[in-house]
Amino acid sequence: MKLDDIVKSCNLHVVCGEESLENEVNGGYASDLLSDVMAHSKKGDIWVTLQVHPNIIAVAKLKEIVGIIMINGRKPEQETINKARSERLPIMTTDLPAFELVGKIYSMGIRGKH
Amino acid sequence: MNKSDARSEVLFQQKFPIRGGDFVNAGDSSCKIRNTLREIGIDSDIIRRIAITAYEAEMNVVMYAERGVMSINVYRDEILLTIDDKGPGIENIDLAMQPGYSTATEEMREMGFGAGMGLPNMKKNADTFKITTEVGKGTRLEIKILLDGKND
Repeated sequence: MKLDDIVKSCNLHVVCGEESLENEVNGGYASDLLSDVMAHSKKGDIWVTLQVHPNIIAVAKLKEIVGIIMINGRKPEQETINKARSERLPIMTTDLPAFELVGKIYSMGIRGKH
Repeated sequence: MNKSDARSEVLFQQKFPIRGGDFVNAGDSSCKIRNTLREIGIDSDIIRRIAITAYEAEMNVVMYAERGVMSINVYRDEILLTIDDKGPGIENIDLAMQPGYSTATEEMREMGFGAGMGLPNMKKNADTFKITTEVGKGTRLEIKILLDGKND
């Protein structure tokens, strides 16, 4: 499934990285603890989190995550956007809480174990 | 050149300074290491393990130390990652190695750090893992990952 399919179905706001929305999503991971994401996320995951600070871009890049979705109406810090732009990494936002958003993405066929 | 010389020959070496408290650039050195290892054709599972250990080590310097240096040495059959910092040192290594134990501040925890998973994650992904520390002076981590071995 392409990232763009999730953006459209879940009505996500795309903050940056529009050029990478055609990238394939293999699975998903939801966590706000960075060490947990480092340890357990997989290549090609979409990452659901409430963290908005710039260090999340390094985590996403190191784990080859295809995009970050910020929940509960949270907005990325400007430095986070700058770093994501230079990595062509999509950041998306939603007003939904994590549970609702993950449920929607799961119902589209994206799994946490892959 | 005899066999032992060939094994100990450094094929690639890189050093990165890390500034304590610099949360904006934290993780950049680990990203550079990962990119370089990809360019020289290191196996993707090895790169994944190096990326995890380098990131956790880099974040520890950013969170707790004044400054540090991360070095990567690639040999024919192993990769050695060392992180030397000038900082507070670790008072009780056994406690620091315990999953869930952390001395992170409330602010760091809110940013998603300080889960008490850093050192355990490093140890899990390393073939050998050595900590040398002196309270009030600093800490040195030596992480070795074998290129032909499997991490169990």
